[in-house]
Amino acid sequence: MSGVRVLVGTRKGAFVLTSDAGREKWDVQGPHFAGWEIYHVAGSPADHNRLYASQTSGWFGQLMQRSDDGGYTWQPVGNAFAFDGDVGTHQWYDGTQRPWEFTRVWHLEPSLTDPDTVYAGAQDAALFRSTDAGLTWRELDGLRHHETGPAWQPGAGGMCLHTIVLDPTRDQRMFTAISAAGVFRSDDAGTTWKPVNKGLHSEGIPDGDAEVGHCVHSLAMHPSRPDVLFMQKHWDVMRTDDAGESWHEISGNLPTDFGFAIDVHAHEPETVFVVPITSDSKHYPLDGQLRVYRSRTGGNEWEPLTKGLPQSNCYVDVLRDSMAVDSLDSCGVYFGTTGGQVYASSDSGDSWTPIVRDLPPVLSVEVQTLP
Amino acid sequence: MIRVVLPSHLRTLAGIDGEVHLDVDSEVTQRTVLDALECRFPMLRGTVRDQVTKQRRPFVRLFACEQDLSHESPDTALPDAVAAGVEPLLIVGAMAGG
Repeated sequence: MSGVRVLVGTRKGAFVLTSDAGREKWDVQGPHFAGWEIYHVAGSPADHNRLYASQTSGWFGQLMQRSDDGGYTWQPVGNAFAFDGDVGTHQWYDGTQRPWEFTRVWHLEPSLTDPDTVYAGAQDAALFRSTDAGLTWRELDGLRHHETGPAWQPGAGGMCLHTIVLDPTRDQRMFTAISAAGVFRSDDAGTTWKPVNKGLHSEGIPDGDAEVGHCVHSLAMHPSRPDVLFMQKHWDVMRTDDAGESWHEISGNLPTDFGFAIDVHAHEPETVFVVPITSDSKHYPLDGQLRVYRSRTGGNEWEPLTKGLPQSNCYVDVLRDSMAVDSLDSCGVYFGTTGGQVYASSDSGDSWTPIVRDLPPVLSVEVQTLP
Repeated sequence: MIRVVLPSHLRTLAGIDGEVHLDVDSEVTQRTVLDALECRFPMLRGTVRDQVTKQRRPFVRLFACEQDLSHESPDTALPDAVAAGVEPLLIVGAMAGG
């Protein structure tokens, strides 16, 4: 029987939520790693029982956990993240140069084909890869050593590599996104990288159209069209149709185009979801109304989705890695909030129900569609 | 026998209750005790000190015999009472919210 597993990372632990394909009754397991910040939990597309979790703490540093049974049991694996070669410097908030320093792993991206291979996006921005199921990690240092590196700068959350997108049709191609540097593409499995930010425009940097320096918040791709990427930038919702060579704005009629999360419908490549947030200084929904916006036209024309979502006095945030979709026949959409709710829709966003309401602040949500 | 008291999170991570008892063959210093601790509990590597630099993590403190030893050299001998197992080495998470 098919079903869904929702992997939730929070400020105080990880939770695993499961349901059958009806998605009406949910079993909640957790907290795993209670008291620790869990930035991300991700499952392998090649083995749905293989999960990885980034466990971190301001006191005790970075740990990495692996489960081989779908999240019932976990074991700590390797946590030695060392920069390869010259550490170098990047721009600090005040414009001075500062050495790269490893702080934590924000995002895990398991290989599409090998359960033992997983990528990790770190703060300060760097990309690591393990090919032995998380026991050892090696930096793909061509990214951090890119000639534009000294111009990268931290966003409010730190200088993090928060998004990794693997091209399902070209095994050498991947995209990463860094706050605040922008999008980078590799066509040689992560050895060398090219900034692909043409068309982005950002306030707060000396040259708003610069090659790097953009605070990209997240990216989304539909696997059937790997050259089309959707982006939620600090401000602006953007789209590329040529694998990042050029971007154009698709914010259209959104009430505000600030936000963090973005995702694409599992079966409709032109259907996109965002959660508009009031502004860069007001990280909560506009007018206290939590609304997902859906475009069925690949952008520009957006409709608010409100059924089942609080429409008054709601001042939570939805962070960048906190939205995901399942691939059941009727596409499920999920997002978590800093208020501890995880909302689910089993009808492509038409209506929403909270799976859980009172978790710690949600940092990430991923979904596995189970066979 | 060296006695070490870990903070709650690290006891959970290591899967233990109460104190850790370690044998240290060489001079008893922060470095040799932490080496022995990490050898016995590999999952603690990187949690008390950085794996690459071996520097104590900024929000971790080391106390013993009512003294703050956090800023002592890692190669300085620990107090005799710690080396004799009379007093424990306390590994403490800095008191800072959370």
